[in-house]
Amino acid sequence: MAASLNGHAPAAIVARAQALFDDLSFASARAWKAKAPDRKVIGYMPIYVPRELIHAAGFLPLGILGGGDQLEVIHGDAYYQSYICRIPRSTVELGVSGRLDFVDGMLFPSICDVIRNLSGMWKTMFPNVYVRYFDVPQNYRDDIGGNYYINELAELRHDLEGLRGKPITDEELRGSIAVYNENRRLVRDLYALRARSPWLAPAPEAYLVLRAGLVLPVEEHSQMIRDYLAAATQEERPRRDNCRIVLTGVFCEQPPLNLIRSLELAGCYIVDDDLLLVTRWLTADVPTEGDPLQNLALAFLHHSESTAAKYEPDLKEKGQHLVHAVRRSNAEGVIFACPSFCDPALLERPMLQHVLKNAEIPYIAFKYAENSGQMQPIREQAGTFSDSIKLWSGR
Amino acid sequence: MTVITTPKAAPANEVEKDASMVKQKEMMAAHYDRLTSAPETGEKVASTFVPGNLNELIMCFDLVNNLPEVNAIQNGLRRQSGAYVLEAEKIGHSEDVCTYVKSDIGMMAKGNLAPNGKKFPSPDVLLLSYTGCFTFMKWFELLREQYQCETIMLHTPYMGDGKITKNMIEYMVKQLKEEVIPKLERISGVKFDIDRLREYLKKSAMAEDDLVRVLQSAKSKPAPIDAYFGGIYYIGPIFGAFRGTDDAIAYYRFLRAEVDERLAQGKGPVTPDGDMGKEKYRLVVEGPPNYTNFRQFWKMFYDEGAVVVASSYTKVGGVYDLGFRHDPAKPLETLAEYCLGVYTNRSLPMRIDMLASYVKDYDADGLLINSIKSCNSFSAGQLLIMREVEKRTGKPAAFIESDLVDPRYFSAANIKNRLESYFQMIEQKRAGALAAA
Repeated sequence: MAASLNGHAPAAIVARAQALFDDLSFASARAWKAKAPDRKVIGYMPIYVPRELIHAAGFLPLGILGGGDQLEVIHGDAYYQSYICRIPRSTVELGVSGRLDFVDGMLFPSICDVIRNLSGMWKTMFPNVYVRYFDVPQNYRDDIGGNYYINELAELRHDLEGLRGKPITDEELRGSIAVYNENRRLVRDLYALRARSPWLAPAPEAYLVLRAGLVLPVEEHSQMIRDYLAAATQEERPRRDNCRIVLTGVFCEQPPLNLIRSLELAGCYIVDDDLLLVTRWLTADVPTEGDPLQNLALAFLHHSESTAAKYEPDLKEKGQHLVHAVRRSNAEGVIFACPSFCDPALLERPMLQHVLKNAEIPYIAFKYAENSGQMQPIREQAGTFSDSIKLWSGR
Repeated sequence: MTVITTPKAAPANEVEKDASMVKQKEMMAAHYDRLTSAPETGEKVASTFVPGNLNELIMCFDLVNNLPEVNAIQNGLRRQSGAYVLEAEKIGHSEDVCTYVKSDIGMMAKGNLAPNGKKFPSPDVLLLSYTGCFTFMKWFELLREQYQCETIMLHTPYMGDGKITKNMIEYMVKQLKEEVIPKLERISGVKFDIDRLREYLKKSAMAEDDLVRVLQSAKSKPAPIDAYFGGIYYIGPIFGAFRGTDDAIAYYRFLRAEVDERLAQGKGPVTPDGDMGKEKYRLVVEGPPNYTNFRQFWKMFYDEGAVVVASSYTKVGGVYDLGFRHDPAKPLETLAEYCLGVYTNRSLPMRIDMLASYVKDYDADGLLINSIKSCNSFSAGQLLIMREVEKRTGKPAAFIESDLVDPRYFSAANIKNRLESYFQMIEQKRAGALAAA
């Protein structure tokens, strides 16, 4: 049963989430695995995998998001040229340094050519680990992309059954879908709180609580969010004279926590973002009746987040998700923070900026790496942006 | 403001060209004339990409094929791409991303002129064959924004597990049947005729046979061709707008005869400075070339007696030497198999296998990787590829870096130094082997 931190101040919950975030040896996931001999851990990279299947097998889905700014990359740089982003090199570092030696499988979702190629590198470097490049459809018709995706899900299910040594039943899958529906509802509640009262759930805290969901069992994570929501809404905190912004471009390589903190300190409340999309990729509950794979597939096709890794078939809809995010969260501007050398984010950015310009939504842009250390220029840029919004937006 | 001054090409010596090169140049010129005359002739234009190029299908709808990558290459060779890349960066495109894309966007911003000096027509359709490169998707979303024209997505799944599955084929065939073909019918006003497609596919296979024969001629010693620098010319028609045409059949028959003759005479490749001297080093090359300094780059090889006997770049528009041929008996399935099998849609272990086999089959001295700054599809993982191929073959490998069409990333001195060191390494390896024998 999930441990409850109910009654604790937000600080205690955040401290636990911070400890999980800081732990690059994944002690909590190792401890979870050690509790029973048939337990397995399946790692996955951004942006989305159907964690329900892993959960239904009785395994722990473990989000691998690179090494952040605390990991010294020694070996990883030997695998990549200087013009490749940082997340694959720190992920390789995690692998070759033995920090992932307890991970039984790795899923590499369809996000970009670098992560795609990393799937083959992983196969070559770690031949005893189950590795799958997890492709998703770019065609959103039920009878075309839907059927393809159902079969891809079935293949993944089959592989996981092989690792498990017995079938995953539909009933188990439906149960896992329900558990993740609940988790996504809580994540949406957390985002709603931030949009409503961002001073009650500061972005660095909300990020840490959300990020804990990538290493904890989902039930435990849901409880953590519940506790945090309860604690955050009960604690009075000073409301700053900040502007409200949507942060975008941060869907794969993670910005340093300091960057998130710096934006708020510079006067920008982050009221929506595309961080850790896997936690809310599916935007509506997945039905728990009927064929579970079909339900997951249809949810993917028709109720999932828009991001640069997905093709938008309708030109008129291109970038509108960002405008909707601004309107929904009552934001006043957008900050594009893109990892250096991130093809999806950087190629997408000009198109999104045109959409924002047409919608008369102000924006700024900068780049970062997961180990960026110098925050002063970003703080100055964000501070100026905040000031300009406050001066010129007529508030 | 950054200003790039690209030195004008030296008042060059007359470039030596074999007859097939002259023939190809004429074909390309005729194609560009056809393309830029489209507004007058009323022909409709489909833009698409080299990997996953469905030229046979495009021809079924009387559409003219325009390939933005080939246009970027032309601009690179003509030393215009540097200014185009800067123009794209000026209007908001990141310095970090693909320079093919930026060359294309910059070219549009500066008048959209084809190599013949006439304006490219706006495409009637963007056929987004999303094959082997994530950037393609963004590229055509960017072009769609500019041209406001219809875009058709054909999603090719990646061969992550090193195999083509039934699910992949069914997915692709269904997209072709129910999305791509009906939309092309509507846009072109031409009804789809599967027998017409079969006819084109039959012609494709004939040209493919001859191309393979040409590429595999480099197994001989000396190699009668250079399978990278020369190979880029050889793949031009079949990777571009000519696959499935009589022109392609004639070109590859002609090329094959030309190469057979060189083979019979024991000659090496033709270089821009004439017949290559004695073949000293036989290399396999992975990765695209640099186009802004193409001739200078090539010269660094042939001046040292280095010939490329096999390359991966000549497989980006189709891997024919491992047996695939377009098959008129299963017209849509064969298009799916073609897309799935192109080099950049193959998993990294498949690429390692292929390159290691080339080193052995072509009796090469080693593997050279030209890593391209703005092409992650190729570049991410190449350092591991290098180590693995070295390990498996026991032959030395080397790594150089440049870019496709951005002259800022071509450092001649660095590349030359590395090549010279590499050739020394090969010599040492040979001396060591001799001493051990």
